[in-house]
Amino acid sequence: MTGPVESERPMPPVGWLATAALGCVIVGGILIASYAPRPAPLAVPTTLTVVAYALMVTSLVLLSRIADFAWSTFVRLFRWALLAYAVMSGMIEFAFIHDHTRGTTLTEVTLMLVIFALSVPTTIAFTSARYADA
Amino acid sequence: MATVESVHASSDLGLRPPIQIVPLRALPVSALVVAFVALSIGENWRWGLIFCHVAGGGMWTAVDLFVGLIVGPILGRLSVPARAEFASRFMPKMVVLMPTIVLMTLATGFQIAGALGNLTVGSPNHAWLIASFIVVGVMAVIALGILEPANIAVLMEMNKPRPNGERIGRLMRRFVYTAGVTGLMQVATLVIMTRVASR
Repeated sequence: MTGPVESERPMPPVGWLATAALGCVIVGGILIASYAPRPAPLAVPTTLTVVAYALMVTSLVLLSRIADFAWSTFVRLFRWALLAYAVMSGMIEFAFIHDHTRGTTLTEVTLMLVIFALSVPTTIAFTSARYADA
Repeated sequence: MATVESVHASSDLGLRPPIQIVPLRALPVSALVVAFVALSIGENWRWGLIFCHVAGGGMWTAVDLFVGLIVGPILGRLSVPARAEFASRFMPKMVVLMPTIVLMTLATGFQIAGALGNLTVGSPNHAWLIASFIVVGVMAVIALGILEPANIAVLMEMNKPRPNGERIGRLMRRFVYTAGVTGLMQVATLVIMTRVASR
């Protein structure tokens, strides 16, 4: 049996921070979408995007500091998940461009989609790699 | 007791052949669906949009409610090896199925709402659509931030030479904890969508 002694060591909240970042961009996205087809006021979505980037960067910094981490497992999962979520983000971006979203709103949406495409693969890869052998 | 169960689970789980976490044969089907969605949006193809939204949304709601309310409780009463056997065949399919039908439903739903004028503030359906955005937002955070990582972590654990049954059980508890919220959100979706369609 793989005992809890070594693999259950405490880990920084990488997954939860990335998920919180995802939550921020989803709320921001809902705010922008709720104004469509009119341009949305961007103060709150921008604040949420900034918070999301702060959470994501914190998550990645904490991740980079973990000693004896299963990086090969993390990278393998992250790469494939990133491919899948980049396709999804691309589809959402395409839909917004198709609906004539332009300028600052499009930039805002793009920045949110970058977080979307990074946060889910980070959480997926971290949740599995934390239990893998380094 | 948990330790004994873990040992049994580990030894039973260890006998299985490796699990293919992402069923590769399903990927071309998923790619075709994504291409069809993109074509329907790009060409403003009304039938394609409605087909994708209704078929995708119907499957999404049905799968969530069926798995959460019917399969989940049955699974909880099975022996650990039986649960593991089921999960090893069921969960890889969900890895491809769920993101595909979610993308299919949401991308086309937004286009349909725009085309029908339901997004404009004056529309009687506007408030209902905002409610549906919130419901989808809650489901997205649960599915993408909590359940999908747990799903893949369970499959990775089961692929180890000696899987840790206790860890698998702990990860799968996330499905039990979130089933109620997801079920409630899906019922809310049914109410919202039928309200929107009947106006």
